[in-house]
Amino acid sequence: MSIVRNQVLFVLALVSAAALALTGFVTHAPNRLVSGRALALWHAAPVTAAAALAGGVLALLVVSLLPQSRPVRWGAAAIGSALILLTLDAAGQVAAGLIDPAHPAARTALGAAAWVLVLCAALAVVDAMQRLGAGPLLRSIVAAGVVAAVGALLASGRLDALSFLREYANQRDAFARELVRHMALVAAALVPALAIGMPLGVAVARRPRLGQGVYAGLNLLQTIPSVALFGLLIAPLSALAAAFPVLAAVGVQGIGFFPAMLALVLYALLPVVRNTQAGLMGVDAAVVEAARGMGLTERQIFWRVEGPLALPVVLAGVRIVLVQTIGLAVVAALIGAGGLGTFVFQGIGQYATNLVLLGAVPTIVLALAADLAMRTLVELAERRRSP
Amino acid sequence: MIELRDVVKAYGGRRVVDGVSFVVEPGQVCALIGASGSGKTTLLKMVNRLIAATSGSIRVAGRDIRDERPEMLRRRIGYVVQSFGLFPHWTVEDNIATVPRLLAWPEERVGARVRELLTLLRLDVEEYRGKYPHELSGGQQQRVGVARALAADPELLLMDEPFGALDPVTRAGLRAEFARIHATTGKTILFVTHDMDEALELADVIAVIENGRLVQFGTSREIVERPATEFVRDLIGRAEIGLKRLAVQRVGERMQRGKVDGRGPAIEASSTLREALAHMLAQHTDRLLVRDDSGAVVGSIDLAELVRSP
Repeated sequence: MSIVRNQVLFVLALVSAAALALTGFVTHAPNRLVSGRALALWHAAPVTAAAALAGGVLALLVVSLLPQSRPVRWGAAAIGSALILLTLDAAGQVAAGLIDPAHPAARTALGAAAWVLVLCAALAVVDAMQRLGAGPLLRSIVAAGVVAAVGALLASGRLDALSFLREYANQRDAFARELVRHMALVAAALVPALAIGMPLGVAVARRPRLGQGVYAGLNLLQTIPSVALFGLLIAPLSALAAAFPVLAAVGVQGIGFFPAMLALVLYALLPVVRNTQAGLMGVDAAVVEAARGMGLTERQIFWRVEGPLALPVVLAGVRIVLVQTIGLAVVAALIGAGGLGTFVFQGIGQYATNLVLLGAVPTIVLALAADLAMRTLVELAERRRSP
Repeated sequence: MIELRDVVKAYGGRRVVDGVSFVVEPGQVCALIGASGSGKTTLLKMVNRLIAATSGSIRVAGRDIRDERPEMLRRRIGYVVQSFGLFPHWTVEDNIATVPRLLAWPEERVGARVRELLTLLRLDVEEYRGKYPHELSGGQQQRVGVARALAADPELLLMDEPFGALDPVTRAGLRAEFARIHATTGKTILFVTHDMDEALELADVIAVIENGRLVQFGTSREIVERPATEFVRDLIGRAEIGLKRLAVQRVGERMQRGKVDGRGPAIEASSTLREALAHMLAQHTDRLLVRDDSGAVVGSIDLAELVRSP
């Protein structure tokens, strides 16, 4: 009989403790291009901050040994959330303490221990929500709460000394611009993908023969690596724009926003078509026949019966596409489309890890937020359905 | 109410319905019976044009069904499918209101009709109106399916194996309900079954279909007393044919009026002879008193009387 009541939490607490004991909490470097020296929590952080973190990890360990009642699980979620904030705040304090006016180029970044701690704390929250049987709606609320708290911490200025935020300070205007551009690119790709993919999915559901050709084409597109597809579009689109000035006038060109959008649309089609078809095929044939037998017209059957019943599966497809497009849009920066990928590729070019993070972390947050929001929508659409 | 004349349905060269003609009078219950794949369900679906006839004509209430748009035809014919086919994303009320709303009834009239039908089908109005189909048992779903079919007061009700997806106990209960609803509404009903007992119990007339052909059409009594072919005999069940014959006659037709001397077990005049026989076996007696609807003893029936040929 094990005394550990929650193995997941137990392992997370142990990993956190080991990371704190064995690896650097922050790294300190003389400038942004060289890799820094790792500083352990005990050496670098104020005693109160270090004690708070150690206490948080210990609390997770203790909770993993308690009988798992609902209050205990909520407790684990609360400790996990607090630990995320405490870790970031401690790193901010360390970085502030290391500021030296004689070395303005010196940078302090999150070290391995800090990353591991944030990750484990986040997983502890996810684990607690799962064990609580929380639906997407409740998860969204909790996630929004944690994100808002982290946002408040960022806004408070307590983390400003960290390398990541110093990159942000340098890029403040560019960041806002590229973030908006990233979202615009995703939206611009999503709308035509749905407008083309959904009717195509309906057509394929009605005529399975048609499906063979459509899927052959779409599957082929999926196998082309994204970098290659972006590259492949340059030549034909440039030629088109050159041959037809009208097209050039509406934005068709070899590089930039248009080819990026086009490539993202092409990648998005397969999940949309497949899920639309699957959703329609999944509607009980007896229900459709009953509808027809009642005297609904074909149009009424589609809009009132088949469509609503297929909706959860279609929305699941939209979720996949949204997350996929947010991620792929990073690569679009390579062909001059802008977006958060700009920082990623600049960072790679300059060996500046924290500049890469400035592009990558918001992309991940955006994708996770989109995922959770869509899951919530799917749940709401499914709520009243029969199993 | 329904007239079929030389109705044929061919897929490729194969005739799944082959020259079927019969007439169902208004208010009658007609069973379409046959083995699986005999074409009986196809025939049923041809009446509301879910399947188009290859040749021949079908008239409902005197009008050829090809003379109006299929949607319009279907809105005046109730339709109940085997696996209920309730719309899972709509409440019981919305399901029942389907056709009235298609016909653009005013909303108060729709609400009143829903309450009326739930009451007719013995489902508590306030409890069930807002429920979703997955919250109901199979029997309740089928009741809602029947209520939905009756909603716009159709002239004719088509039912595709209406009790096929139910357990035996629920099925027996719903059969009784079916008889009661027919008695209350007086609708003409055409239903498909593969169960001869069900057909004998519920139908006034029975159409026996074999390989797409109508092999016999007649009243329940004609079918059991003079089966036209070996196939019909098989459907009735060879060994039980005597019992089936008893099942289509009432005690009231055979009893001896006024012979009420003595005491003993009694049975209702409206019971079938088969029930009377079962009662005699259970009570170890060869004679039963007969009561009328009011419970007064009006006659008696004995075993010799019961087994005499009609």
